[in-house]
Amino acid sequence: MTNEILLAGFGGQGILFMGKMLAYFGLYENKEVSWLPSYGPEMRGGTCNCSVCISDDPIGSPLVDAPNTLIVMNTPSYDKFINTVVPGGTVLIDSSLVEAKTDRTDINVYYVPATALANENDMKGMANIILLGKLLKETNITSMETVKKAMEKVIPPKKAHLIEANIKAIELGMQQ
Amino acid sequence: MAEKTLMKGNEALAEAAIRAGCKCFFGYPITPQTEISAYLSKRMPKVGGVFLQAESEVAAINMVYGCAGSGIRCMTSSSSPGISLKTEGISYIAGSDLPCVIINVQRGGPGLGGIQPSQADYWQVTHALGHGDFHAIVFAPASVQEMVDTVTKAFDLADEYRMPAVILADGLLGQMMEPVTFEDTEIKMSDASNKPWAACGHGNKRKHNIINSLYLKPDQLEDNVRARFERYEEIKAKHTEAISDYCEDADTVVVAYGSTARLAKSAVEAARKEGIKVGIVRPVTLWPYPAKEIAEACKNAKNVLCVEMSMGQMVDDVKIAINCSKPVEFYGRTGGIIPKPAEILAKIREMGGKN
Amino acid sequence: MPEFKRPHALADVTTHYCPGCTHGIVHRLVAEVIDEMGIEGDTIGVCPVGCSVMAYDYFECDMLEASHGRAPAVATGIKRANPDKFVFTYQGDGDLAAIGTAEIVHAATRGENITVIFINNTTYGMTGGQMAPTTLPGQITQTTPYGRNPDVEGFPVRVCEMLSTLSGVALAQRVTVIDPKNINIAKKAIRKGFEFQKNKQGFSIIEVLSTCPTNWGKTPIEALDRVRTEMIPYYPLGVFKEGAIR
Repeated sequence: MTNEILLAGFGGQGILFMGKMLAYFGLYENKEVSWLPSYGPEMRGGTCNCSVCISDDPIGSPLVDAPNTLIVMNTPSYDKFINTVVPGGTVLIDSSLVEAKTDRTDINVYYVPATALANENDMKGMANIILLGKLLKETNITSMETVKKAMEKVIPPKKAHLIEANIKAIELGMQQ
Repeated sequence: MAEKTLMKGNEALAEAAIRAGCKCFFGYPITPQTEISAYLSKRMPKVGGVFLQAESEVAAINMVYGCAGSGIRCMTSSSSPGISLKTEGISYIAGSDLPCVIINVQRGGPGLGGIQPSQADYWQVTHALGHGDFHAIVFAPASVQEMVDTVTKAFDLADEYRMPAVILADGLLGQMMEPVTFEDTEIKMSDASNKPWAACGHGNKRKHNIINSLYLKPDQLEDNVRARFERYEEIKAKHTEAISDYCEDADTVVVAYGSTARLAKSAVEAARKEGIKVGIVRPVTLWPYPAKEIAEACKNAKNVLCVEMSMGQMVDDVKIAINCSKPVEFYGRTGGIIPKPAEILAKIREMGGKN
Repeated sequence: MPEFKRPHALADVTTHYCPGCTHGIVHRLVAEVIDEMGIEGDTIGVCPVGCSVMAYDYFECDMLEASHGRAPAVATGIKRANPDKFVFTYQGDGDLAAIGTAEIVHAATRGENITVIFINNTTYGMTGGQMAPTTLPGQITQTTPYGRNPDVEGFPVRVCEMLSTLSGVALAQRVTVIDPKNINIAKKAIRKGFEFQKNKQGFSIIEVLSTCPTNWGKTPIEALDRVRTEMIPYYPLGVFKEGAIR
């Protein structure tokens, strides 16, 4: 079983970071993982996406075009990817930035005003982490213990003070 | 055991080079290989190595020529258009019998092409990496861990046979992160101590060494070329590599290398689940080309499918490998489009059992 | 009075240079400097494509043959890997000032601790006398049969003047070897270049105005006269920049 995850939004929203966290969740659960960013000039302020695969078996294609899990943080990405999600898949939408609502009934959609929540709770720039918290709640993708371990790995020691803030953002996401 | 960590292919490859004793890196920025330069610019000064951003690809490969000529392990990396610029220097390196490692993180072409993953430099790397009669050893890894493992092998073979070795990756392998482990070895930068031919200053202890590819007398040039091709025969015998899976009873055998091989393998495994008898053989070395291994993998097949991110540059080599004994079909995407396993599966279904 | 003999660093072989060509004098000066500094065992030379392509056979130190124009990049690779060795390039005007312009400019501006011996004879000698980047206005060559016309072929490059604007350069000096006095000046300049290198004080280039009697269609004596009467007025001798950069 492979969990094929697609994360998409604008450059600067922490899409790639969110992907890296997810990949470490998989790694620390002893799964096979891959992480593949979109790259090129569109990275600078344009749309940005990232494929993450977490699997029990070696991963063939690291490119996700039919995700089980989709997190979108802007309208262009919503429009582009909402219909690529496989039936039964999970979609998280930052509803502060995406006004649209999907008609699809064969997928599990969660609208989370992540950017507004981040701004209201002194967590500016952590909307991505709030969404990750929501994903944790809805899919049991990993344990809080693994989240902490991954945070410690991904956040460099000189920014260690951010670990606590990120954990709080995860917790806020889990309350949604 | 060393810790498993997630790294981008480009960065993992760069770290592996340092651990292989690569003392000097000369490069020039180009997408999608730039992380190799960026990583080494940070790491090299901390481990007593040299990182230098050259004024051009041409200068970078000639810096490699000089450094390799003085007996020091060195490397350059680029992506497709940049490799075209390096080919002059690569020819001189081959003609002067110098060891070095060259990385090509391929992107779409021709011309500026694009910056997305591609395998459109197969002809160049296997058949025309510069003017003149010569080869480079060419490895085509298919995962980030394999990129890491290949680097040391590439340096060792380059040194042993005094010739350039190429690691042919692509934007997919360069940009993706996968778990990797590095062996816990002490980092030891190379020196010229085991290279008696190196032009590193004779210290008044020997006659002068000359690093050169010029032989104005045709018979001397021919002798030199022939001697090099004798070494190539030894490399062919000892270092040709391919990996095959599910081929024994396969009606259809897929041939694919590098990142395309992993996409194709997903398709092959999906086809097996559907009951289609299909196998896959992956050339690990593109030169020397694993013709015997491919023939062996295809011996019971009714047909063969070559899958690439190009217009089918490897197809002729596959046909030669099996002596045109059965039909060879092709599926590929180009211009930076990664073929989807589902597309490859559809092609396999179409060919399955067909004679 | 010291005995006149072949410097040790100059190989005891017959060169392929034409009669009256000044390559031999410049080779000798480089070899004398290497001898006097006692650095033959620590010196690595890089030769170009052009008439001095086979200079690897004429110097007793370790040598590399570079592709056309790339000698400064090759020298950079050697020097970065072996910072305590002496590295020099020996290049002609086509090699250095046409096809290799990028390499010489960037080695200079990086302040590579190398010494460049630049032979300017206003022509491509080895290929039979075509226009060089240094060919003078009006000069007849195989590819400027009506004389170099600046409106068509542009103007000659003054390399020392150009490189002297770069912060990485410790020494940019133009000399010639047409008489004993100038030969002495040339040797001192080459020595200075190697001394800057020894002290890791930056890039040095010594441009030597040289002769090509064969392709100029002149006798050796006439060729020496041409340097004096035609070349020096366009390419003034002297020091354009001197001083340690680090």
